[in-house]
Amino acid sequence: MDTVAGLFLNDYVMQIVTMICINIIIVSGLNLITGVTGMLSLGHSAFMSIGAYASALLMMKAGFPFWLSIAGATFFAGAAGALLGLPILRLRGDYLAIATLGFCEIVRVIFLNLPAAGKALGINSIPYATSAPVAVILAVLGLLFMRNLERSKFGLALRSIREDEIAAEMMGINVARYKVLAFTIGSAFAGLGGALYAHQITFISPNDFGFMKSIELLCMLVLGGMGSLIGVVAGTVTLTAIPEILRFASEYRMVTYGTVLIFMMVFRPQGLFGNIRVNV
Amino acid sequence: MLKLDSVCTRYGNIYALKGVSIHVNEGEIVTIIGANGAGKSTTLNTISGIVRSVSGSVFFNGADITSMPTEKIVESGLIQVPEGREIFPLLTVYENLILGAYLRKDKAAVAKDVEYVTGLFPRLSERFKQLGGTLSGGEQQMLAIARALMSKPKLLLMDEPSLGLSPIYVQNIFSVIKEINKEGTAVLLVEQNANMALSVASRGYVMETGKIIMEDKASNLLDNESVRAAYLGI
Repeated sequence: MDTVAGLFLNDYVMQIVTMICINIIIVSGLNLITGVTGMLSLGHSAFMSIGAYASALLMMKAGFPFWLSIAGATFFAGAAGALLGLPILRLRGDYLAIATLGFCEIVRVIFLNLPAAGKALGINSIPYATSAPVAVILAVLGLLFMRNLERSKFGLALRSIREDEIAAEMMGINVARYKVLAFTIGSAFAGLGGALYAHQITFISPNDFGFMKSIELLCMLVLGGMGSLIGVVAGTVTLTAIPEILRFASEYRMVTYGTVLIFMMVFRPQGLFGNIRVNV
Repeated sequence: MLKLDSVCTRYGNIYALKGVSIHVNEGEIVTIIGANGAGKSTTLNTISGIVRSVSGSVFFNGADITSMPTEKIVESGLIQVPEGREIFPLLTVYENLILGAYLRKDKAAVAKDVEYVTGLFPRLSERFKQLGGTLSGGEQQMLAIARALMSKPKLLLMDEPSLGLSPIYVQNIFSVIKEINKEGTAVLLVEQNANMALSVASRGYVMETGKIIMEDKASNLLDNESVRAAYLGI
C-alpha cells in the first residue's frame, strides 16, 4: 500500500514539477515583453495556444517527431508575435494592453471555429511526450538564454526602452524594431511552453487559453517581480503550486490565491524579487 | 554644419513651427531663446527626428536628414540631450553612459570616453553603480549630458539644461558646455535662462510662437532693448 501511495505521489509531484517548468518558460517570455521591455501584454496565452495547437497538429496530422513539432510551434508563435507586433507596438501602456487582449480573444474564437482544430471540442489524445526531465532541461536552457539576453547590449537597449522610450530613441536605438523583436522572442517562448503543455496534458481546447490564462501568467510575473528571472521562477513556483497544495480546500483556493495577490500589491508592489513597479 | 530651411512641424492641426530657418556653423555655440511654447523644443525634436516636419528640410554636414531615422542621425554625429533630465532611472549610471555609445562598435575607445566624460563630471564617477533615479537633479542633468557625449557627437542639441537646477549647478553645467565646445563640438542650446545662454553663445535666435523673430550675435542680443525687456527681465 505504501509503495503504491509513494509511486502515485511521486508521479503527481513530477506532474507538478513539469507544469512549473512549462510555466517558467512561458512566464520568462512574458517577462521579456512586460518586465524587461515594459510592454503590458494581456494576450500572452494566445501565443501559448498557437504553440499548443501547432505542435499537436504537426505531430498528429503531419507526422512530425516531437522535437520538430515543438520547434515548429515555437516558430509559429514567434511569427504570430511578429505579425501582431508590427501594427500594434506603436501603442503604449493601457492601449497596448487592450489591443493584446483583443488579439487573445480573436485567437480563441478562431480555434473555437476552426474544423482542423476540433472546434469547441479541441484536440484530444495528443501523444504524451513532455516528461519531467524534458521540461526541466528546456526550462533551464530557456532561463539561461533569457539571462544572457538581458545582460547583452540588446537587453540593455530593451531595458532603456522600458525606462524612457523617447530618450532611448534619442540615443539612436531603433525602438520600434527592438520592441517587435522582444515581442517575437517572448511570444516564441509562450509557443514553446504551449507546445509542451499540449504534450503533457494530451488534451487541449480553446477555453484553456482564454483571457483568464493571460491574467494568471501576468499574476505569476507580478508576484515574482517584473524584470527579474529569479522572480519569474519564484512567482511561477508559488502560483503553480499553491492551487495544488490548497486542493483539499478546493472551494476556497481561488479566494486564498486572490488574497495573496491583494496583500502583495499592498505590501510589496514590486513583487518578491523585482525592483520595478506595475505601472507600465 | 546644420541648416534648417523653412521647417514646419505640427501637432494635429496646430502648427508648432511655422517655417523655421536657422543654421549652426562648425564649432559654434548657438542658442535659441524664447518663452514657453514658442517651439524651441519642437525645433530640436524635429532636427533629431523625434517628431517629423510636414515641410521644409534639415541638412546636417551636407546630408538631407529631414526624414532620416533617428538612429541614422545619431550615427552621423548629431545627438540631443532631452529636456527634463530624461535619464534611465532604473539603470545604473554606468549603463546610462554605455547607452549613449550604443551605436559605437569601438569598445576600447568607448571605455576611454567613459573616463573622459567622468573627468568632466567627477561626481558621476563616484556614483557609477548607483541607479540613475537616485541621483540628485543636478547630477541627473550631468548624466544626461555625459550620456550624450558618449556618442562622440559633432553637434550637441541641448534642451533646457538649466531647468530646475540650483545656481551652482547651472554655473557648473554651462562651464562644461563651454569646455565641450572648446574641444570642437558645436552646440545648439535651447534655453529659457536667456541671460546665461547668451553669455556662452556666439549667436542667438529669438523665437516666438513658432517663428524666428530675431537673429543676431549673442552680445548684440544681450544689449537689445526689446530682448532685454522680454527675456532678460531687465
